[in-house]
Amino acid sequence: MQWYTLDTWIVVIGVLCATACALLGNFLVLRRMSMMGDAISHAVLPGLAVAFLISGSRSSLVMFIGAGVVGLLTAVFVQWVHTFGRVDRGAAMGVVFTTLFAIGLVLIVRAAHAVDLDPGCVLYGSIELAPWDTVAVGPWLVPRAVVVLGSVLALNTLVVGVFYKELNISSFDPALATTLGINARAMQYLLMTLVAITTVAAFEAIGSILVIAMLIVPAAAAHLLTDRLGSMIAVSLVFAAVSAALGHVAAIVVPGWVGATDTMTSGMMATVAGGLFAITVLAAPRHGVVSRVVVRRRLRGRILREDALGLLYRLEEQDQPVTRSELVDRLRTALVIGGGVATRAFRGLVRRGLAEPAAESLRLTDAGRVRARQLVRTHRLWESYLYEHLAVPADHVHDTAMDLEHVTDPAMREALADHAADAAEDPHGTMIPPA
Amino acid sequence: MTTLSPIPTDGPHVVHDTALNLGDVVDVLLLRDYNTMLVVLATVVLGLAAGAIGTFLLLRRRALMGDALSHAMLPGIAIAFMVMVAFGGSGKSMPGLLIGAAVTGLLGVAAVLAITRLTRLKDDAALGVVLSVFFGFGVALLGIVQDMPEGSPAGLASFIQGKTASIVRKDLWLILIVAGVVALMTVLLFKELALLCFDEAFASVQGWPVLTLDVMLLTLVTAVTVVGLQAVGLILIIALLIIPPAAARFWTERLGVMLALAALIGGLGGWIGASISALVPRLPAGAIIVIVVATIFVASMLFGARRGVVARLIVQARLGRTVRRQHLLRAIFEHVEAADAEDAEPIVVEATLVQERSWSRAALRRLLRWARRRHLLAAVGDGRWRVTDLGLTEAARVARNHRLWEIYLIHHADVAPSHVDRDADQIEHVLGPRLVRELERLLEPAHPAGTVPPSPHVIGPEGG
Repeated sequence: MQWYTLDTWIVVIGVLCATACALLGNFLVLRRMSMMGDAISHAVLPGLAVAFLISGSRSSLVMFIGAGVVGLLTAVFVQWVHTFGRVDRGAAMGVVFTTLFAIGLVLIVRAAHAVDLDPGCVLYGSIELAPWDTVAVGPWLVPRAVVVLGSVLALNTLVVGVFYKELNISSFDPALATTLGINARAMQYLLMTLVAITTVAAFEAIGSILVIAMLIVPAAAAHLLTDRLGSMIAVSLVFAAVSAALGHVAAIVVPGWVGATDTMTSGMMATVAGGLFAITVLAAPRHGVVSRVVVRRRLRGRILREDALGLLYRLEEQDQPVTRSELVDRLRTALVIGGGVATRAFRGLVRRGLAEPAAESLRLTDAGRVRARQLVRTHRLWESYLYEHLAVPADHVHDTAMDLEHVTDPAMREALADHAADAAEDPHGTMIPPA
Repeated sequence: MTTLSPIPTDGPHVVHDTALNLGDVVDVLLLRDYNTMLVVLATVVLGLAAGAIGTFLLLRRRALMGDALSHAMLPGIAIAFMVMVAFGGSGKSMPGLLIGAAVTGLLGVAAVLAITRLTRLKDDAALGVVLSVFFGFGVALLGIVQDMPEGSPAGLASFIQGKTASIVRKDLWLILIVAGVVALMTVLLFKELALLCFDEAFASVQGWPVLTLDVMLLTLVTAVTVVGLQAVGLILIIALLIIPPAAARFWTERLGVMLALAALIGGLGGWIGASISALVPRLPAGAIIVIVVATIFVASMLFGARRGVVARLIVQARLGRTVRRQHLLRAIFEHVEAADAEDAEPIVVEATLVQERSWSRAALRRLLRWARRRHLLAAVGDGRWRVTDLGLTEAARVARNHRLWEIYLIHHADVAPSHVDRDADQIEHVLGPRLVRELERLLEPAHPAGTVPPSPHVIGPEGG
C-alpha cells in the first residue's frame, strides 16, 4: 500500500464529513427520524438544480441556501402530508422525497446544457477528486472541501452546543419540552435545516446516499453502547472518524485482493461503518446480541439448577430414594426439557458443591440443603399467599409459584412469611419449611 | 478514480422537434409506434403491479421497506456480475443480475427485521442503516467491477436511474410475467394479507403462519422492485410502491377498492408519464411517471371522497353548523324556562341571547334566520322573537339530551356538577339516536320521556 499526501487529505475530508453528519445523526436516531435524513438527502436535488439555474454557478453559498430551503420544505411537506392527509409518517416521507427527487431529475436533464451537475456525482460523490480543488487559506493551499466541511462541522458543533439542552429535552420528551417553554417544532425544523446544509456540504465529498450512512450508522451504533446523550455523541464521533479513516485504507487495500486497482472510497467508508455496526450489534456489552444471549443462558441455567435442587429436597422430604436416571427423568417431565439439559443441571449442582454423588444417586450437601430449604420455603409461601390473598385456586398455584420462587429475594420471602404467619402448610397440605 | 456512467436522459423520442402535432400525440397514446408501445405497456403493467402490492406494504406501515429493499439490491447486481465473469460469462445476463439483486434485496429486508427484533433500535434506524450500508457496499463493489480487466460493466449503473427508454421485448415479457404472478398471488392471498395488515396479533392467534405470510409479501415486493429497477430506476420504483396506494387511501375505506384504485393510479401514471416522455424530448420517463402519480396524490389528498382534506373540512363544517344550531335551541329553551311560566307568549330577545355564548352578533343573526326559515321562531320585531310550538318542542328535545348527559356524567362518571356542562357539551352533539335511547333507558325511571329534567347546575354566564 502506498500512501501519499493526497491520501491524508482524503482521510481528513472523510473524517470532517463523517463527524459533521454523525453529530446531527444522534438526534435523528433518538427522535426516530433517521429516515428523514434519507428523505432530505434525496430531496435536495431540485434545490441544487434551482440554485444553480438561478445563480449560474456552483458557488457554495447559493447551493447551501437552495439546499437549506428545500430541506426545510421537505420537513414541512412531510408534516403536512402526515397531519392533513393522515398518511403514516414513513409513507409521507416516501411520497415527498421521491417526488422532489423526480422533479430534481427532470430539472437537471432539461437544463443539462446549463447545469453542470452530474446526478451520479450527487449520489456517489468524488472524494478522490476533492483534494485537487484547492483554495488558499493564508499561506497554505488547502482543499476547498476541507474548508467547506470544516465550516459546516463548526456550524453544527456551535448549534448543538448552544441548543444542547433544548435538543436533548425535545428529543426525549417533546411534551415536557413544550411545557418548559421550548418550541419542540422549531427545534425539529432547525435540525432538518442543519441536516440539509450538511448533506450539500457532504454530497461532493461522499455522495448523498453515503451521507445517510454517516448520519445514521455511527449514531445507531453509539445508541447500543451507552445510555447518556453526551457519551453517545462522543462515541458516535469516534465511530464516524474511524469509519472514514479505515474506509479509505480499505478502498486502497481491498480491491487488490481481486485484481482491481482501487474502488470508490465513499462506498468503502459506508461499508466499514456497516461492519463496525454489525460488530457492535453482536458485541455491545449491555444491548448486544451476544451479551443478551449469555445473560439469558445464565438465567436459564440458574433456574434449571434451582428446580433440580428443589426436586432433590422434595425427594429427601418424602424419604424416597431414586436412582440417578430416575432423577433426570423426573426433572425432564416436570419442566418439559431435554435429557441432556436435565443432566447438565444436576452436574452443575455437584460442581457447585450443592449436591454430591451417593450410591447410584445424588444427595444434597449441607450447603445445598440450606439453599434448597429456602427455595422450597419460598415456593410454598408463595402458594399459600396466592391461595389466601389472591384467591387463586389451590390446583393452579403451583405453576405460578414455580415462576416466582426464582426471582424472590430474602427480604421479599420474609415479607411473604409475615402475610402467611399462621400458615404452617401450603394449600396442598405440605409443610412449609422454617427459615 | 472511477465514475459511473451518467444517467440516460430521454424517452424513446418519437418526435424531436419542439412543436407537437396532434397526430403524434394520438399515435403515442394509442400505442401505434412499436417502440413506444413496448415502453408504455411495460410502465403501465409495472405501475399496476407496484400499486397493488404497495397497498399491503402501506397498510402494514412498511412503506419505506421498499426504499431499503431497492437500495440493498445494488451489491447483488455487482456480485452477480463478478460471479458471472468469474465463470467465464459476459456478466451482463439479465436474469443473473436480477437474481443477484433479489438475493441481496431480501438479505437487506432480513437485516432490517433482525435489527429491530434483536436490538433496541427502532425500525427507522434499522432501515437507514441497512439501506445506506448496503448501497455503500454496492457502490464500492461497482467501483471494483469497473476496475476489473475482464468486464466493462457499462449499463450496470443504469439500474440506479433506470433505462425506461430502452426497454426491449424481453424486458416487457419479464415485467408481464412478474406482474401476472403478483396479481395472482394478491387474489389468492387477499384474505390472509388483509388479516396480516389489519390485525397481526389476531392472525397469529388464529394459527395463521404470520412470518411466512410476511416473507411472501416481501418476496412479492422484491419481485416487483427487481423488474422495476431496470425500468424506472432505484429511487423511482420506491415512488411507484408508495404513492399510488397512499393516493387510493383517500378515496375509500375498503381494502378491495383501495387495491384496485392503487393499481389503476399506478397504471395510469405509467401510461401518461411514458407517453409524455415519448412526446417531449429530454424528459426522463421514470421521473415523469413519478411526477404524474404525485400529481394524482396531491389531487386525491385534497379532493378524495373519504379522507381527502376538502371532504373532511365539509364534514367538520357541517358538524360545526349542527352544533351551533343546537346551542341556539338550548339557549332558547333556557330562556323560556327562566322566564315566567305563566307568560302567555314565549319570547326571546336577541340582545340577551347574544350574551349567552361566545357568538358574534352576525353569527347569532344567521342562526336566528335559519330558525325562522324552519318555523322554529317568528319575528316580532325590535330584536324580539316568539318561539313557535315546533321551536319549543325542538328546544326541549335538545335541552333534554344535554341534561340527560349531565345527569349521567354526575351519577355514573363522578363528574362534579360545576364541570359537567362543558363535558356534556363535547359529547351531546355527536350522539347517535341509538345512544340517546340507551341513555334514556338508563335514566328512564327518574326522567320519563317527554319531560325535560331541571338543570343540575346553575345556568348562565356565571354557572358555566
